[in-house]
Amino acid sequence: MATQKEAYDIAVIGGGNAALCAAMTAAEAGARVLILETAPKPYRGGNSRHTRNFRCMHGAPLGPLIEEYSEDEYLEDLLKVTGGKTDEHLARLAIRTSEECLPWMEEHGVRFQPSLSGALSLARTNAFFMGGGKSLVNAYYRTAAALGVDVLYEAAVTHLELNGDQIEWVDYTYEGQSHRITPKAVIVASGGFQADTDWLTRAWGEPAKNFLIRGTPYNRGVVLADLLDQGVESVGDPTQCHAVAIDGRAPKFDGGIVTRLDCVPFSIVVNKNAERFYDEGEDVWPKRYAIWGRLVAAQPDQVGYVIIDAKSLNLFMPSVFPPLKADTLEELAGMMDLPADKLKATVAEFNDACGDTSGFHPTELDGVTTSGLTPRKTNWARPISEPPFYGYSLRTGVTFTYLGLKVDDTAQCSTPSGKIKNLWAAGETMAGSILGQGYLAGFGMTIGTVFGRIAGREAAAYAN
Amino acid sequence: MQTDLIQEARRQAEICNACRYCEGYCSVFPSLHAERAFSDGDITQLANLCHNCRGCYYACQYTAPHEFDLNLPKALAEVRRDSWESFAWPQPLARRFHTHGGAIALALVIGFALLFWAIRAIGSSGGEGFYTVLSHNAMVAIFAPAFLLPLFSLAISLRRYWTEVGGKPIQMSDLIAAFRRAGKMQDLAAGHGEGCNFEDEDRFSQARRHIHQAIMYGFLLCFASTSVATIMHYGFGLHAPYGFWSLPKLFGISGGVLLTVGCGAMALLKQKSDRELGDPSAWGGDIGFILLLGFVGLSGLVLYAFGSTTLMPALLAIHLGSVLTFFLLTPYTKMAHGFYRLAALVRDAQRKRELSVVC
Repeated sequence: MATQKEAYDIAVIGGGNAALCAAMTAAEAGARVLILETAPKPYRGGNSRHTRNFRCMHGAPLGPLIEEYSEDEYLEDLLKVTGGKTDEHLARLAIRTSEECLPWMEEHGVRFQPSLSGALSLARTNAFFMGGGKSLVNAYYRTAAALGVDVLYEAAVTHLELNGDQIEWVDYTYEGQSHRITPKAVIVASGGFQADTDWLTRAWGEPAKNFLIRGTPYNRGVVLADLLDQGVESVGDPTQCHAVAIDGRAPKFDGGIVTRLDCVPFSIVVNKNAERFYDEGEDVWPKRYAIWGRLVAAQPDQVGYVIIDAKSLNLFMPSVFPPLKADTLEELAGMMDLPADKLKATVAEFNDACGDTSGFHPTELDGVTTSGLTPRKTNWARPISEPPFYGYSLRTGVTFTYLGLKVDDTAQCSTPSGKIKNLWAAGETMAGSILGQGYLAGFGMTIGTVFGRIAGREAAAYAN
Repeated sequence: MQTDLIQEARRQAEICNACRYCEGYCSVFPSLHAERAFSDGDITQLANLCHNCRGCYYACQYTAPHEFDLNLPKALAEVRRDSWESFAWPQPLARRFHTHGGAIALALVIGFALLFWAIRAIGSSGGEGFYTVLSHNAMVAIFAPAFLLPLFSLAISLRRYWTEVGGKPIQMSDLIAAFRRAGKMQDLAAGHGEGCNFEDEDRFSQARRHIHQAIMYGFLLCFASTSVATIMHYGFGLHAPYGFWSLPKLFGISGGVLLTVGCGAMALLKQKSDRELGDPSAWGGDIGFILLLGFVGLSGLVLYAFGSTTLMPALLAIHLGSVLTFFLLTPYTKMAHGFYRLAALVRDAQRKRELSVVC
């Protein structure tokens, strides 16, 4: 085992937003900080690479944000998606602190821009990063380097030695060798375990093998598992993950934002037996894509097929892969490996159940519904009748897992017998403390930034 | 036009259109996001709107080793060069100089030789200053066609471009909008105004933008110098040589300094940039062109400095030879990009205007 060349006060495990916020804050407080990032440099930044905005409370127009967004309204939005499974004390802390984070982010190199086309509904609540999350990550690495933070890429942490109430050492591999360092304090910001398919399968069951992972392949939960094995307190449902319905042709990992499909409300969705299984028009898509992740997961082979016709093609954001296109439903069924007769029958039955479509309105709940059909389609129900017909496959795409390290309002970790005096956690790996279920756009970056800064501050205070 | 280059750019543009994270950086993305499908003309227009600032590359979550393998600055640079070659007239000349610095150097030597020959064969019939070496009428006889022929050639190319990208009748407001963007080089500044990602990976810097501005305004000052001198000569009977405090000299010297320093700095800056984020096959042609343009500036300054010594006739031949080469190659070298950029910005201004009418 190689010996330590330089003594660091703080080791930060992970290289995404939360890790960088912690590292910069600690370095500014005078600590010597080492970042151990398991990904190679081009993939640094974890899931932060794929993010694009930061949900931010504000009492008055702030940076790119218009009007105001109060603490109570923010909390209400959060409780709506978590169904009350939220630690209100930590949630309010994250929300309240978000306002001072935005100027801090700008000071540390992040640049914002007005809301992206296609996401205008978030203009008041979410500040968009110019260039997206990878540009934020790039800016933070630049700032961290200027503050003297050292970074090792492809440095995979294998073990944190917990002895009583403190972490004694950190083991990691780097350039083919094992290393051991003994920093005064450790900050874990290395995400969830969703990229470990075996773990996901143990948690969710066999269908998880067919899930796609929307983000980084490097969130394998190694450090999380290591700490949980040693009795560090956890939070969040270990069997649950946040999953959405995405384009079935997306890569296994790292497909990111472009694999989303916005066409479901204007479609019918069938399973591999060409049967419909849920109301496609229940609500606007941003409020339903997460439900569809679960719905598709429950279908045979964990796959769904979206069918639209020519009149709906231009009603949604362009998809990264072009849809399958056919002049007849039989032909489309052939391309998608669906039973053609059954698909024709399903479409015919659906078309017969459609009524007056004159009230059709693509961006509002228009109440254009089917009658006498199970399952019903309650909005945007127009016959699938105008060739060419278009098809997409849908699969379950996992965003993140909920199981994480339980922290208090100083981001500190604990065991059943009390606080671990030199271990803090930030970002996705502790987000389960706040997000019990569901997800609120831009809130992951809020948690990462707020608790990253807290962890950096607390760890530096301890180390100094 | 090479369909494989267009097709690769189209593949990438379709991924960009599903992502949109780069919308704030430059003119390319709002224009790209306005379409659902991209015709060859759309891709050509996007390619010529792109200033290769590279902000989108370093911000991109889908660059290699990701399987999507995005490198939009490179894809558009290749389409762009290909479009210039395809639209150029006459064709056989076009495909030489964009990619071959050696061809530019050879052309320069020929330019020198022509001028030495002209001085020897035609000479002077009196006059002052430079006209003692080569008469004013001889200079006009050489440089008027050398100036007008390339403009004629460019006019044909731009017409072809305009047809390809579906340009409409131009309004004054389109021109104003385009010249404003070009004058500030806003598309080399990123949406936040902090410059581009060029010499040091993802660090934003104004170096390239400011150097490019030095070159552009240096060139325009030199051009203004010649234009003013022409007006003084024909309009007011004021003949060269002019004193230091005359407009032709003030424009010429300040322009020459900007041009020389700018081109030298650009050639050095380019050495630090990643060639794989541009059109690697155009590297030699680009550097050759920058050095030629810088040499035009430098030889002009040297001629000014040593114009009253015995070196003057040789220096004059060298300077005028480089100017001749530069003019004649304008439609076939990187110099053409200025015209295409402006055309693309005019077209983009039209697109925005059409959009605001629709809304």
